[in-house]
Amino acid sequence: MNWLLPSAIAVPLLGAGLTVLVGPRLVAQRLIAAGGVLFVLVAAVALLLEADGGSPVVAQLGGWPAPAGITLVADRFSGIVLTVSAAMLLAVLGYAVAQLGRDALDWWFHAKYLILTAGIAMALLTGDLFNLFVGFEVMLIASYALLTVKTGPTQIRATMTYVVVNLVASALFLVVIAFTYGATGTVNLADLAVRLQEVDPTVRDTLGLLMLVVFGIKAALFPLFMWLPDSYPTAPTPVTAIFAGLLTKVGVFVIIRTQTLLFPNDGPSTLLLVVAGATMTVGVLGAIAQNDVKRILSFHIVSQIGYMIMGLGFLTVAGLAAAIFYITHHIVVKTGLFLVGGLVEAEHGTGALNRTGGLLHSRPLVAALFLPLAMSLAGIPPFSGFVAKLALVQEGVALGRGLIVGVSLAVGLLTLFSMTKIWSATFWGVPMEPAGRAGPGMIGATVAVVALSLSVALLAQPIADLSTRAATDLLNPATYTDAVLGGG
Amino acid sequence: MSVIGLAVAALLFGVGTYLILQRLLSRVIIGLGLVSHGANLLIMLSGGAAGRPPVLADGASPVGVSDPLPQAMVLTAIVITFGVTAFLLALALRSWRLTGSDAVEDDIEDRRIARETVTVDEPLIDRGMHEEGLGL
Repeated sequence: MNWLLPSAIAVPLLGAGLTVLVGPRLVAQRLIAAGGVLFVLVAAVALLLEADGGSPVVAQLGGWPAPAGITLVADRFSGIVLTVSAAMLLAVLGYAVAQLGRDALDWWFHAKYLILTAGIAMALLTGDLFNLFVGFEVMLIASYALLTVKTGPTQIRATMTYVVVNLVASALFLVVIAFTYGATGTVNLADLAVRLQEVDPTVRDTLGLLMLVVFGIKAALFPLFMWLPDSYPTAPTPVTAIFAGLLTKVGVFVIIRTQTLLFPNDGPSTLLLVVAGATMTVGVLGAIAQNDVKRILSFHIVSQIGYMIMGLGFLTVAGLAAAIFYITHHIVVKTGLFLVGGLVEAEHGTGALNRTGGLLHSRPLVAALFLPLAMSLAGIPPFSGFVAKLALVQEGVALGRGLIVGVSLAVGLLTLFSMTKIWSATFWGVPMEPAGRAGPGMIGATVAVVALSLSVALLAQPIADLSTRAATDLLNPATYTDAVLGGG
Repeated sequence: MSVIGLAVAALLFGVGTYLILQRLLSRVIIGLGLVSHGANLLIMLSGGAAGRPPVLADGASPVGVSDPLPQAMVLTAIVITFGVTAFLLALALRSWRLTGSDAVEDDIEDRRIARETVTVDEPLIDRGMHEEGLGL
């Protein structure tokens, strides 16, 4: 029994309780929150190293062997995603302390943030379909509460959409669990992987499609993405940044996990590639039509999800490795872009493009932070987005899937166009009267995220190698099932 | 699975979906409750027929015992639904205090698009430039 696995979930939860106990003492709250998130980061790195050294790390809770008990698993894939997520959670916590801390807007913030951390860790580490549902709910209820940190009529409306859509998705998730349990008699993912092979293919395909729909809502896939651009931009910057970076990516993580482990397929999946292409295109076209920094960036979340699903759709080691690299790159870049968007709002009091301008002259540092992230998002060399897109395109060409490659390249150009739109409206032009000043803490946290994004580009080779090893594991479900069912 | 149970679940889903699509927040919340009841019922049904209590005393045979796992899952799901419904009710109350009505408002973006379509016979140049534009 590896104690790191359960403690990566339990420590932030305990921390959340502690922050409530210390009450309105903000310094103590911040220390506890930072300690909790830091612990998850350290645990994630340790788990990734251990999983990379050999087989996946497994813990059977309560000593009940799988499939009777609840299993926690960390393989290379979940280790990578958890490490990047925890790093972002820590950076954004720094930003939030600097932004929200000044006026002590909401002293429940740290408790919600820690619960969100625990939910993300649980969703990434669980090896059990029902526990995955619980992890999602823990994560979502924290996110509902975080969205309402500042509530005016607009926030209420946006939160409502978000909550109702996610609750419908949760109800559907329960339905999938019921059908899966009815068909196989188990909810343990490893056990399911074995038993689903004996189930009637029609039933299996139905279950696979249902899961794709449920997690497609969470990951904001076309045509189930409409809730996202509506709700994300209304929240305070640190909240939007962490949602943008992590929540949809947890959905993508689960799609990749379930589709490769439970419903293995030979050869590329045309359905997934069509969904990927449509998601990219619709997302980027939505972004072009917007005229607010955060709204543009929100539509780009949708667009970028398409690239990750494209890698999954190829269902080859190289394709999946590209998808994993893309997730790593995207979590960092997207979080960073939203933090920069928050800096723009702090300077100008708004993110509306026609009421900002001239930041290049008044705050060259903010412009310098925006530029590498925007270039990386559009896939311009030498940034990390280029490496990720190159890997996807290469694999697409190798498989002879010309259409999706063409779409992805065109979407890359349109991404560049909408980044130019932000650049020319916000950073060029006549300097506006500054409405405020972004504090050094906010800038410091953003600098840390940009530095991390640049180091993803610098360390592209080791990260790509690690992604390839993770992808090999994913396409060989026996690695996962043997680790869970064999030992313990 | 029992046919009557499935029919009840289907009914709950149908009524719930209808209510979720309504404009009034209170109806949406009731609809969500019904849909989750339907889902919970499905989980119960997936455990197979009812049987004796799943308590394995000494020498008791496990034959004819009902499956305890779906019951445990449903309990968890009910608690989660309960918490989320409480949160939704609080949100609806706040929404009512802020806006004075229980109805979900139009999306700002939708309103903007609706306004654009109404003024479609105006000259194209007048339109758009003041709304849109790159702020140049």
